[in-house]
Amino acid sequence: MNTLQPVGADAQLEIEVRHKSFEASRGGSIEVLRDLNFAVERNEFVCLVGPSGCGKTTTLRLLLGLDHSFEGRIKLPGEREPRIGMVFQEPILLPWRTVEENVRLGLPRSLSGKNLDHLFDALGLSGMRAFYPGELSLGLARRAALARALAIEPDLLVLDEPFVSLDEATAQQLRCLLLEIWSERPTTVLMVTHNLLEAIMLADRIIVLSPRPSHVVGSFLVRIPRQSRNAQVCSDILRSFHEKFPARAAI
Amino acid sequence: MGSASLVSSSQGQTEKTARRRSFGPFLTVVASVVVLAIVWHLSATLWPSRAFPPPLDVLRAMARETARGEIPYHLAITLGRVAVSFLLAMVIGSAIGIFLGSHPRADRFLDPWVILSLNIPALVIIVLAYIWFGLNEVAAIGAVAFNKIPNVIVTMREGARALDLNYTDMAKVYKFGPLARLRHVLLPQLQPYLAAASRSGISLIWKIVLVVELLGRSNGVGFQINLYFQLFDVASILAYTLAFVCVMLVIEFLLVQPLEHASTRWRRRAA
Ligand SMILES: Nc1ncnc2c1ncn2[C@@H]1O[C@H](COP(=O)(O)OP(=O)(O)OP(=O)(O)O)[C@@H](O)[C@H]1O
Ligand SMILES: [Mg+2]
Repeated sequence: MNTLQPVGADAQLEIEVRHKSFEASRGGSIEVLRDLNFAVERNEFVCLVGPSGCGKTTTLRLLLGLDHSFEGRIKLPGEREPRIGMVFQEPILLPWRTVEENVRLGLPRSLSGKNLDHLFDALGLSGMRAFYPGELSLGLARRAALARALAIEPDLLVLDEPFVSLDEATAQQLRCLLLEIWSERPTTVLMVTHNLLEAIMLADRIIVLSPRPSHVVGSFLVRIPRQSRNAQVCSDILRSFHEKFPARAAI
Repeated sequence: MGSASLVSSSQGQTEKTARRRSFGPFLTVVASVVVLAIVWHLSATLWPSRAFPPPLDVLRAMARETARGEIPYHLAITLGRVAVSFLLAMVIGSAIGIFLGSHPRADRFLDPWVILSLNIPALVIIVLAYIWFGLNEVAAIGAVAFNKIPNVIVTMREGARALDLNYTDMAKVYKFGPLARLRHVLLPQLQPYLAAASRSGISLIWKIVLVVELLGRSNGVGFQINLYFQLFDVASILAYTLAFVCVMLVIEFLLVQPLEHASTRWRRRAA
């Protein structure tokens, strides 16, 4: 990976948003995104960081096709309808369906009836398959949401702060689980996070967004292989990240 | 040994109290019905009149009409009409209600229509339906359904407004088909509103069906009541009424309430 390589040479996912704004309820409009351009390559793990309210979730909603009112262009991976596995900021499991049903409902027809034992095992959900989401802790519910996203064998995995508001031990455990499953079957990942250490631990590249109206300030490559990113290495990387993006010292 | 028997006897005790608790309300209901019958009987013997027959006469009329096959026949006809118009009203009313609840602009435009139709007296709709479409089954059932539809619209519109858009987004991202969306996303959220609409629907519809039958059909409980009204046979009128009310109560107990319980299983487990 070379910083000089033109962005999007072999891109799987290209985002070029010239302008996106919301009508404010009291009239007028707030501009959320302006000239936000970036690309993600095949099987690249990219983390998106930026100040709260800068439009990260909005960007994800645009690329998921949940919001069409914007100026710009989004290219998704593949020619056919790409399969996107999404973990929302909240787990969003159907409360009236069991964990297993929730995961199975997400499966495309070609995968229906797929054996999910391995996935549930890997995420530590084997005993919870018949539980309703209301009976799960937040950590377990997030695992179930992750299981749903991974079960469809996605072309693109989109994660919106999937480990936020968990205790650090649980969050760390889930990060390791995610990495484990991802390295078994690598796929393109775009993940939003507030946690720089988390980004450094997981990502190939970190894209930094500006405050609203948001655009890309720069990106930060993490070249060290994941297995050698221990706590010491991560904090060293964090220091050089802060040197490159001093304005981001706050987050 | 002694402690074991103590345990078992105390268990028996709790079982007994539990049984008493669950049978208590039932016994109260039975007692209340018996007292009503006695009061009715006493007042009918104190003030004898053809217009106010004692309960035994009503039962006798009921037995006679049942033996002749009249009550089962007309009851079945009426129940059929109740069922068809109920289904029609629920399906059409839900579709319109959900549409309005999720399209605010259409809702603002059509809201006056809904309010207007909510306030048209049932009798006017029935009479107009018979005049415009003739004295036939379609007009009869259509009129009953039309009476109920505005209520269903209002309830289901409320339900649609309360829909959680997060689930809609999730279903879109995971490419749920239209059927899966309906079954797993929409209906479970609308279930309480559907239950409320059907409950009030049944009780409204079976009353209106009788009027429709009285005005323009030649069978059904409403027609029979009209017939005995002209013969001034109050015992038979009450016999038909009683039979019909009993059937509706049985439907309520055996169908509506178990259904409501079944579909909220997850909620009770989650609690
Ligand atoms: N549906 C909407 N209508 C109006 N304004 C909105 C809407 N959705 C988002 N916004 C505004 O757009 C801005 C960006 O929101 P967004 O949710 O994308 O932020 P975010 O970067 O994901 O923040 P956070 O890190 O807190 O999750 C916010 O200021 C928000 O108020
Ligand atoms: Mg967000």
